[in-house]
Amino acid sequence: MEIWVFGVTMTIVGMGGTFVTLGLIILAIEILKRVFPLDQRRKAESA
Amino acid sequence: MIESMVAAFSGLTAGINFLVTKGMPNVVMLIAGCALLYLGIKKEVEPLLLVPIGFGCLLVNIPLSEVMDKGGVLRFFYDVGIITEIFPLLIFVGIGAMTDFSPLLENPKILLFGAAGQFGIFLTLLLALGIGFPKLDAVCIGIIGACDGPTAIYVTTQYAPHLLGAVSVAAYSYMSLVPIIQPPIMRLLTSPEERTVHMEITKPTVSKTTLILFPIVVTMVTGMIAPKGLPLMGMVMLGNLMKESGVVERLTNASANEIANIVTLMLGLAIGGTMEGHAFLKAETLAVFGLGFLAICLDTAAGVLLGKFMNYISGGKINPLVGAAGISAYPMAARVVQVQGQKYDRKNFLLMHAMGANTGGQIGSVMAAALMLSVLSGMGLI
Repeated sequence: MEIWVFGVTMTIVGMGGTFVTLGLIILAIEILKRVFPLDQRRKAESA
Repeated sequence: MIESMVAAFSGLTAGINFLVTKGMPNVVMLIAGCALLYLGIKKEVEPLLLVPIGFGCLLVNIPLSEVMDKGGVLRFFYDVGIITEIFPLLIFVGIGAMTDFSPLLENPKILLFGAAGQFGIFLTLLLALGIGFPKLDAVCIGIIGACDGPTAIYVTTQYAPHLLGAVSVAAYSYMSLVPIIQPPIMRLLTSPEERTVHMEITKPTVSKTTLILFPIVVTMVTGMIAPKGLPLMGMVMLGNLMKESGVVERLTNASANEIANIVTLMLGLAIGGTMEGHAFLKAETLAVFGLGFLAICLDTAAGVLLGKFMNYISGGKINPLVGAAGISAYPMAARVVQVQGQKYDRKNFLLMHAMGANTGGQIGSVMAAALMLSVLSGMGLI
């Protein structure tokens, strides 16, 4: 029983934690992109 | 004189005597070493790793070999780089220096595929516990599902060093077999219509400043959540920061080339050195290989299923095949997605999206390992 408690805890916290952390990174990326947008001239060049 | 000659001759035949009397496991592993060399050289399956691993396996299994004894050359590599965990960490600097995160930054939502691609780790952990492996062994077996050799080596070295050979060989072998393992699962879980979904080609939106700040922010966010994994994530992000900053080109090139090459050679030989027949040939080794295979299949399935879900909620804008690239096998998994997408529609270009998901898988695998270590620490198990 104790083994299964361990396994399920690892799965829920590990998998959930991975999703939450990557969600936070997505948020951080979006903030970075807004605060430091691509220079409009470079944007036009690359388009 | 004759006695002296007999003694000298017996010294020369001691190895053969050993092989005949109690060397059957060594014979099997010599064949296994040759098989690894064949795969690496003839089939070009992860040759950078499988050639030194295969040769290390040969060296340690030659009867009466002393390469892994105290003072032996492979023992030296093992003690210096694996016990101390330095080798996988140095390889991570090189990986960071070689990885371009811009496809991920262009479309950050696909980072979620990098989380789904770790599902196999945890299900395999449960299966390993069910079979009867101790807790820490089960964690290390599950980590094969990260599809990330250095992470698997880093964790296994610390918590189940007796499984290091099996876990490392399984991780690298299955990584190289991704083009064979993934396509049937991708086809099984998707409809022909889903496979032909075209994804919008994103225009560049990421500034140089964002690219430079990204590794710093990721290190800080992940380090605060799972400090036990900081060496892993920190080294990847250090390599990437050096690459993106552009001011330490010599260090970036050295990390991605010379350092990575030298460390790969020593790491491969040292792993091969752990594959001594009497220690390696056990039922648990076979179980590790079986569970590792299952882990990678489950990762792929979870990624594709998340892709289907995202396809549904986005109104058909996401091709579910991209989800299969959410594992850490970079860039093989992304290439598999591109090839499979074009198989059903030659005008479908999924590579950039798949590359984004694949780099997300690299972050996801390290994060999953970091979280596991921190959870184990919180439970007082390490």
